Amino acid sequence: MGSIKLSKVSKSFGDVEVIPPLDLEINDGEFVVFVGPSGCGKSTLLRLIAGLEDLTSGAIEIDGTDATNATPAKRGLAMVFQSYALYPHMSVRKNINFPLKMAGMDQAEADKRINAAAKVLNLTDYLDRRPGQLSGGQRQRVAIGRAIVREPSAFLFDEPLSNLDAALRVNMRLEICDLHKTLTTTMIYVTHDQVEAMTMADKIVVLHDGYIEQVGSPLELYERPVNKFVAGFIGSPKMNFVSGASAQKRNADSIGIRPEHLDVSAESGEWSGTVGVSEHLGSDTFLHVKLDDGSMINVRASGDLKVEYGEKIFLNPQEDRVHKFDAQGLSI
Amino acid sequence: MATQQSRSAARLMMAPAVILLLGWMLVPLTMTLWFSFRKYLPLRGGDLGWAGFDNYTRFIGSSSFWPSVQATLVIVGGVLIITVVLGIILALLLDQPMWGQGIVRILVIAPFFVMPTVSALVWKNMFMDPVNGLFAYVWKFFGAAPVEWLSQASMQSIIMIVSWQWLPFATLILLTAVQSLDSEQLEAAEMDGASFLSRFWYLILPHLARAITIVVLIQTIFLLSIFAEIFVTTGGAFGTKTLSYLIFQRVLESQNVGLGSAGGVYAIILANIVAIFLMRIVGKNLDA
Repeated sequence: MGSIKLSKVSKSFGDVEVIPPLDLEINDGEFVVFVGPSGCGKSTLLRLIAGLEDLTSGAIEIDGTDATNATPAKRGLAMVFQSYALYPHMSVRKNINFPLKMAGMDQAEADKRINAAAKVLNLTDYLDRRPGQLSGGQRQRVAIGRAIVREPSAFLFDEPLSNLDAALRVNMRLEICDLHKTLTTTMIYVTHDQVEAMTMADKIVVLHDGYIEQVGSPLELYERPVNKFVAGFIGSPKMNFVSGASAQKRNADSIGIRPEHLDVSAESGEWSGTVGVSEHLGSDTFLHVKLDDGSMINVRASGDLKVEYGEKIFLNPQEDRVHKFDAQGLSI
Repeated sequence: MATQQSRSAARLMMAPAVILLLGWMLVPLTMTLWFSFRKYLPLRGGDLGWAGFDNYTRFIGSSSFWPSVQATLVIVGGVLIITVVLGIILALLLDQPMWGQGIVRILVIAPFFVMPTVSALVWKNMFMDPVNGLFAYVWKFFGAAPVEWLSQASMQSIIMIVSWQWLPFATLILLTAVQSLDSEQLEAAEMDGASFLSRFWYLILPHLARAITIVVLIQTIFLLSIFAEIFVTTGGAFGTKTLSYLIFQRVLESQNVGLGSAGGVYAIILANIVAIFLMRIVGKNLDA
């Protein structure tokens, strides 16, 4: 069991309101990702759920019981920190054993759990090493192991992959997803990387300045963003925003079109411009096009498109993929 | 710095400093060794020639020798225990966010800036004096007979004075160590269900091990040679005669330089024995 319900939760540090009252429901077994730019309050929100920060107002319910004032240990949640927070003077085995020892578990049962966790996480050969002798990815796995053995009702991840290099990050992403599928425990995952959010989440919570902008599945957010912020934040490369004549033609204050939903043409099109830098990735080509009115537009074209710097091209948005926004930035 | 030329240049330029430091150490050491084998009584005929190992056997054979070694070790041990234990507690308290933190920290450090002679005098006259001292007032207030600190509890008094002086040093070093502990580790332990005592025992104390080692080593070096506090308070009476105080008495009060020098050599040996034991016990914390 691992359902979490936040009602009217808010947090202020002194006079600064970091999180205005918000409601959120997380169902049992869900993989929820909190995503947003840095300073949007996503880590604070996670720490509120963990019990590492006190609520200013509101209530938190875990598995139907009120946990607003419960200590972190009593909430039955396990957390993986950004810095891994391993205990440096203890071996890997002792690190993983620590929560069990604190819970006063019988050592035979504890050993069984440690060995099982080590097997799942490929740590069996490293159990007697100290954290300082491990690589970043291994430390990350130890931190996860320490969380798993407690059999918590939910896992909390605070930007766990941000200290890893790109290749390892992709690997660990898969491992965590895999883990979620095998354990089927609720996971709450905080990241500023929308790619991680899109690839891992069942449900994404987009935060901005402490407010929840939108909650939904990755594809929902991609296809139907409720406002300009979500539209610009989700998807890579970023959505292009155009205002002026072409927006008015569509009865909107501004329109947004994703780079992958623009057709390139050599002869005619709605917009014309000159090609700036083009990034050839092989499978795709990212074009930075300077329109005639001076604005920049990113285009994601297929990899076999051959264009030169300074070449004149025309762009056509795919009409059914155009997002329209009103003056307040909300979707129409 | 790899070429032959730059290496010899470096050696040449470092030579003055090295020679000065070597001389600084070697000259007094050689003189002490030299005098320890001479019968040298400045006011009773001066250098009276070769004495062999006489000074050594007389110094160690004196009835004051073993008690002075014991007094030295008791004072060093007592002060170390008090400063480390209280230092850890104070460091943990000072690490908490509180109002007026800066001023409190300066106040805590203050005793370290007071000269040993001055602090010993302040303690002797203002706190421990059986007639006018603050402690005497407290005792009288509760209807008890004032303690004559420096004669009845001389050892404890000296340990108290010296601890008061060295507590700021221990607190300061331990506070910086406490502050360098990753707060996420403590939070992780909190989530793991560790109580404050478990967090202290399993996380904070191991983290402090290296700082404690440094405090113990540095303090031992200085505490083996404390002198002013004893000179000002008990004058070596009531069982507070340490080895360094005994040497002082032999050289200046008995005017026997040869005997005192032999004591000095014993003091070097004692310091090295203590150092070896300390390195065995705590030195491994400095690795890694």
